[in-house]
Amino acid sequence: MGRLLAFIPLAIAAVFGGFFLWGLNPDRDPNNIPSVLISQPAPEFDLAAVSGLETPGLSRADLVGNPGPVIVNVFASWCVPCRAEHGVLTQMVERDGLTLFGINYKDKPEDATKWLAELGNPYERIGSDLSGRVGIEWGLSGVPETFIVGSDGTVLFRYVGPVVGDTAISTFREALIQAGAFPRGQNG
Amino acid sequence: MRLVAFAFLMLLPVMAFAVEPDEMLQDPVLEQRAREISRELRCVVCQNQDIDSSNAGVARDLRILVRERLVAGDSDKEVIAYIHARYGDYVLMRPPLNRATLALWMAPFVFALVSLLVGWTVISRSRRRAAATGFSDDEKAEIARFIEENASKDGS
Repeated sequence: MGRLLAFIPLAIAAVFGGFFLWGLNPDRDPNNIPSVLISQPAPEFDLAAVSGLETPGLSRADLVGNPGPVIVNVFASWCVPCRAEHGVLTQMVERDGLTLFGINYKDKPEDATKWLAELGNPYERIGSDLSGRVGIEWGLSGVPETFIVGSDGTVLFRYVGPVVGDTAISTFREALIQAGAFPRGQNG
Repeated sequence: MRLVAFAFLMLLPVMAFAVEPDEMLQDPVLEQRAREISRELRCVVCQNQDIDSSNAGVARDLRILVRERLVAGDSDKEVIAYIHARYGDYVLMRPPLNRATLALWMAPFVFALVSLLVGWTVISRSRRRAAATGFSDDEKAEIARFIEENASKDGS
């Protein structure tokens, strides 16, 4: 028993050391909050189009019955990282032929229209979430956030922050492949 | 006059809430309930802050949502369940007891038990050692004899 007791400080040190090691891991992001939406049906919502824009509005019904998974991107003209992300999303639509839906979060319609006129509009549908209430339905913590929704309307993946840079893009691509966005044989 | 100004300034920090006047409900009872619920909900942007004291946009939206649900006639539990369904366990300031948090909830009791066990063994061991260093009657007699012999030698 006495010998065993002598090892207690070592055991405590090992537990603390393990915890610190875990905390120091540069890949660990403490801001990464797990979403409750994953593997759940997309929330119920119905958003009107951004006024002044020809792109139609977005509702839950539009997320169901698509031939493949779709990307739902929450953006705003006032959000600087969204501007950087815009090019990546545009490329996914133009080069990979993916379907992109948008939720314009707490944005003035005229600002959003101007922003899209300047940068181009890769969105097939855009819902205008003026109050931010639909954002809450999606468990949003900020913009931009990007979701992948399966053809049955199930949320498959959520990316918090801009899909910019090699790591983010490859993570997102991997999720798209997992979701079955690319037909077999065609490697992104 | 100066006294009034002083009192006002002393109260100023107490009055500085994140809750903005336009969010507050007319009904003081409902408003009080809203405040209490807000303190139970974590802000998803500025973590470790409840939404009652956070200035973040989402926190404000959630505060307004809490008040809307209350006005619609929800109970406190229903309001918290509504937001919990959208943001998960993370949004609760007090983590619920479930399989993922079992270790968290049980740890204090386990630690208390372990420390009691360690303390008890250490004390009982030192008692046993004290008992072991005691001399038997034969030994005591021998020691007394030895001292006596030496004392008489010194005296001579």
